[in-house]
Amino acid sequence: MNRKRVVITGVGAITPLASGFQATWDKLLEGQSGIGLIEHFDTSSYPVKICGAVNDFQVADWLNPKDARKMDLFLQYGLAASIEAIQNAGLEVDEALSPRAGVAFGSGIGGITTIEETVSLLEKKGPRRVSPFFIPSSITNMVAGWLSMQYNLRGPNFALTTACTTGTHCIGMAARTIAWGDADVMIAGGSEKGSAEVGIAGFSAARALSSRNCEPEKASRPWDKDRDGFVLSDGAAAVVLESLEHAQKRGANILAEVSGFAMSGDAYHMTSPPEDGHGAMQSMTGALKDAGLNVDQVDYINAHGTSTPAGDVVESRAVERVFGDHAQHLAMSSTKSMTGHLLGAAGALEAVLVAQSIHEQVALPTINLDNPDEGCVLDYVPHSSRCMRIEHALSNSFGFGGSNATLAFSRYK
Amino acid sequence: MSTIEERVKKIVCEQLGVKEEEVSNESSFVEDLGADSLDTVELVMALEEEFETEIPDEEAEKITTVQEAIDYVVAHQ
Repeated sequence: MNRKRVVITGVGAITPLASGFQATWDKLLEGQSGIGLIEHFDTSSYPVKICGAVNDFQVADWLNPKDARKMDLFLQYGLAASIEAIQNAGLEVDEALSPRAGVAFGSGIGGITTIEETVSLLEKKGPRRVSPFFIPSSITNMVAGWLSMQYNLRGPNFALTTACTTGTHCIGMAARTIAWGDADVMIAGGSEKGSAEVGIAGFSAARALSSRNCEPEKASRPWDKDRDGFVLSDGAAAVVLESLEHAQKRGANILAEVSGFAMSGDAYHMTSPPEDGHGAMQSMTGALKDAGLNVDQVDYINAHGTSTPAGDVVESRAVERVFGDHAQHLAMSSTKSMTGHLLGAAGALEAVLVAQSIHEQVALPTINLDNPDEGCVLDYVPHSSRCMRIEHALSNSFGFGGSNATLAFSRYK
Repeated sequence: MSTIEERVKKIVCEQLGVKEEEVSNESSFVEDLGADSLDTVELVMALEEEFETEIPDEEAEKITTVQEAIDYVVAHQ
């Protein structure tokens, strides 16, 4: 069976920098940070007082208020990003396309704020006060569900949930769904609103978060000597994927091609990567093989690069091992230095950014990288974005549970 | 102090996301005001909360219009 080529024809994003892809991109290009103090709850008893919250989101710009009332914010962000992507692609779903158009859209955690509030209500008022919308507002596949209803998307409909690899898994498997001929169009991505009190408390307890509370914008500093954990962020991102055939037929604007995808498991620890980075290596090697690329063809990598002491070095060394001498000739940046870590939405946002990087031939920077740590010897595009030739690029995601995935993107020719 | 009718209509507007002028005593939640099965469950919960009463499921199923909601509340004051 011949595998179909898959291209990206639309992107959308709701991020701590802006509600909308273009505004987000413009700020990232300038190396701006979206991180600030947590203002939506009292953090006085919390060790971590910073996050990347979505601040300028107006739900009425995207959704019917009556529907929005039944949705946790992670659903609202996810739907808004998807709607933007569909509009950006100029996609119209008619009766003929409907059964051939689907959704693969997940969330790492789901409606944790709604769960938190409902448990509190249950304790105070008992089970009869639990809303019938509690479950559909909280479960991770409801962006996929709502979107299918809104646009009459009757093709494959699923949500993969793999912590911080969610977005990458959803896009990769959506691309395969098209490559295998099960759909012509897939909306894919991830969303997250993890900055609930219990979310911040939980990730803090796991010692995963930066507590650089006095300088929020400098807290996410991948590969820097003084990094002390990731910054939790909220938001969502989505792509419209189409078979090349379908995109060409309707004259769609093609941003980039999804040329490869691979997955792996660390089989090592709940939250830490193995020191030798075998999971990351297997995932990158697999994506190159799937794309039919030699290592020296890769110009740019959008790293997982979360700013954790262990993870950053492991990923950097894994790149050195996979790419050999070429590791010194490619650029690898972490956009999480600016966006923070959007957990289940991270891979989706980074896919969207890589697509645009290829389209505009520019690599986004790693900000706050003032003193590269020992063992971090690659070109991380420090401080400012760089115009450069990007024919082929990778995007890595590594999640709790040792769940890894890498997407390969190529300039469409 | 609002009347029972006013309070019921206010809740119906809030829960179903409809405007006051769209709601009459004869309005059916499902047929006229666009409610689905989950909306009606939540609407009954909101009525229970507002009027500090408990509406058993078998009674709740019979409340399908604004007037039926008003009647139920009046009868169980």
